[in-house]
Amino acid sequence: MTSQTLHDVRFSEPPRTRNYLNVDYGVFSWLLTRDHKRIGILYLISVTTMFFVGGFFAFMMRLELLTPEGDLLTSDTYNKFFTLHGIVMIFFFLIPAIPGALGNFILPIMLGAKDLAFPRINLLSWYLYTIGAIFGVYVIVTGGVDTGWTFYTPFSTQYSNTKVFATTLGAFITGFSSILTGLNFIVTTHRMRAPGLTWFRLPLFVWSMYATSVIIMLATPVLAITLVLLMVERTLGVGIFDPTIGGDPVLYQHLFWFYSHPAVYIMILPAMAVISECVAAFTRKRVFGYTFVAYSSLAIAFLSFLVWAHHLFVAGISLYSAMIFSFASMLVAVPSAIKIFNWTATMYHASVSWQTPMLYVMGFIGLFTIGGVTGLFLGALGIDVHVHDTYFVVSHFHYIMVGGTVMAYLAGIHYWWPKITGRMYPEWWARLSALLVFVGFNLTFFPQFIVGYVGMPRRYHAYAPEFQVLNVLSTAGATVLAVGYLLPMIYLIWSLFYGRKAGSNPWGAVGLEWATTSPPPLENFHETPVVTWEAYDYPAFLKAMRETQHV
Amino acid sequence: MSDITVDSREETPHAHHHHPFLQHHFEDLGQQHEASTLGMWVFVAQEILFFGGIFAAYAIYRTMYPEAWSAGAHHQNWFIGAVNTAVLIGSSLTMALAVWAAQTSRRMLTVWMLLATLILGSIFVGVKGYEYYDHIHHGLLPGQSFTYVHAENPALTPGIQLFMVFYFSMTGLHALHMIVGAGLLLWFMYRAWRGDFGPEYYAPVEIMGLYWHFVDIVWIFLFPLLYLSH
Ligand code: HEM
Ligand SMILES: [Cu+2]
Repeated sequence: MTSQTLHDVRFSEPPRTRNYLNVDYGVFSWLLTRDHKRIGILYLISVTTMFFVGGFFAFMMRLELLTPEGDLLTSDTYNKFFTLHGIVMIFFFLIPAIPGALGNFILPIMLGAKDLAFPRINLLSWYLYTIGAIFGVYVIVTGGVDTGWTFYTPFSTQYSNTKVFATTLGAFITGFSSILTGLNFIVTTHRMRAPGLTWFRLPLFVWSMYATSVIIMLATPVLAITLVLLMVERTLGVGIFDPTIGGDPVLYQHLFWFYSHPAVYIMILPAMAVISECVAAFTRKRVFGYTFVAYSSLAIAFLSFLVWAHHLFVAGISLYSAMIFSFASMLVAVPSAIKIFNWTATMYHASVSWQTPMLYVMGFIGLFTIGGVTGLFLGALGIDVHVHDTYFVVSHFHYIMVGGTVMAYLAGIHYWWPKITGRMYPEWWARLSALLVFVGFNLTFFPQFIVGYVGMPRRYHAYAPEFQVLNVLSTAGATVLAVGYLLPMIYLIWSLFYGRKAGSNPWGAVGLEWATTSPPPLENFHETPVVTWEAYDYPAFLKAMRETQHV
Repeated sequence: MSDITVDSREETPHAHHHHPFLQHHFEDLGQQHEASTLGMWVFVAQEILFFGGIFAAYAIYRTMYPEAWSAGAHHQNWFIGAVNTAVLIGSSLTMALAVWAAQTSRRMLTVWMLLATLILGSIFVGVKGYEYYDHIHHGLLPGQSFTYVHAENPALTPGIQLFMVFYFSMTGLHALHMIVGAGLLLWFMYRAWRGDFGPEYYAPVEIMGLYWHFVDIVWIFLFPLLYLSH
């Protein structure tokens, strides 16, 4: 290599100067900040708040389902609770969570950039998110909405007398917040990479975030226009989905899922981004099949646009198109499986260190696999006709969105916590909570596969008595899960004050983010880094690390 | 791959090059310019999908209800539409000239060209408003005030109402984009007058141009689809 003469930022302890947290303490230094790291923190706080709001509705539903009778919540309230749960969790938590909080913070640092390409637009995106979320909260306190998170017409446009307009407007505004984040990530990845940081030297986190951003840019606007048309119809009283003037409600479902199937990959690709980083860091190896993992993200982004109608198998689409969409759905599983196999292969013959992030990674791999395989069941036309609109579907998507993405989100929070805050979290408590989350999650959702398969429909507050045992198990699991989620809230905040100080590289990991101080300085690096190494170049890194320590 | 990409950014020392509009996180104006234009292209891609959703819906219904669509298009005054199209194409020309003027440091010409763009754009929106007024007057606004009945074939009436939902939604969204563009034009006129732009720094006018041309192109599709598709 020709790099010997160049100064390698990873092996010189950076000077300790003011960092992004202690440069300024005023409220406005946060609310008007253009620093991607502070905006990441703003997102972190907001999405965490929304997570617990959504969690509240989930817990109330689980309590209702403890008994077969609809005794705790009326059917109307129950309808509102599952709707609000879905909307809050999907639009205000899961979609912005990893890109908004971790992506904003880490992506520019991984690229060796001083900030995202458009810092003001980044701040605007947080404000749009917040305005959208305020609409959401407004709807919650003024009576709710009962359409389901999918806003199916004609119920949403003609019949529901709840706050549909405000909710869809909130979702529309939040949609633009993700669009602006995606735009920023795409431009930053193209234009702001440090000298020497070629595409194939990028951490896989960046590849996955890039693919996510492409989906965001191409899918979200379709949701936006669909919601506009919905709002127009609700306002005028007639519209393009209105059967009385020849409109077609199924068209609404097509447009909605043209966004919302890709959106499930907006939720899972960032999770995969985190997993790749953690797998490499805790196995001290280059991710097996780097190029395959990188390209599989793009393949997922592409294929995700071709399968939307698998949500419409029983909505009256033709058998012919159902078969095509069923077949295409099978294809999406391939790039996801490539990732799973490659991460597993990376761990093979490695000396894995079982810190908390890695425990979450193991949880992710297992649970995402179950979620993905049951997705194949659902994608298979015949089976879907049987289990559509049952708890089987509910369980499927929770395995992916909670078992997958939320696990990965927690992995990422723990992994980058020392970088973000400069403090270590308490390892023992963190492992305990990872265990509780894993056990609680399976106890909550595995019974739902069974109860759904034997016929319990989703979205009702009462059910047949023979389903009770499995529902009680599920509610018990939800309680364990709640404890698992509340614990990190406590010990992470505790660690801000009492946690051990983290050095710049507590995990001994290779990424550029570990080459700067914890917390990073205002412009991320004290000098623009020059990248001369391949991604996850652990053998050379570990060797060089030993040598510099000798000197 | 192991070679280090030689980067011009390293050769220009920071202090050497402190253009007042160089933002702190870019190395130089070239990088900043490239980032802004790429940003606008990505934004335009997003816009295409935004309009794409409604165009797709339009296409589906048009094949389902060809007669109602043709009858609906009959209610549009193609002459007014054609004049407006010409106005808009003219505004694209003045916009392009504004970019050229900014790039070549013709300060007042930039201002005048942006103003011309603004005026032409306003004429367009004004004419659109007049057309709306006319439609509403004829009971063609969908919803409760839709009083229109097709004389020869009343069975077409619901389909025409559906067409009018498309008409108002599509042209309304387009007009909204024009109004946003007008606001931006005002801001850039002020900046041009202040003398911000020159050969080194004219990216804002350039990306404003990209946006404006995109909005024009949307109209180039809307005009035949809504006015001429008998
Ligand atoms: C292996 C890839 C996947 C396949 C083949 C697949 C297939 C399906 C199918 C066919 C349905 C419709 C079931 C029905 O309504 O009857 C469904 C529902 C769902 N899936 Fe997946 N899926 C996959 C991955 C994912 C991922 C990655 C996520 C989220 C991150 C996800 C989230 C959802 C959600 C939210 C629903 C339910 C939507 C609703 O009706 O409210 N899926 N999936
Ligand atoms: Cu899907």
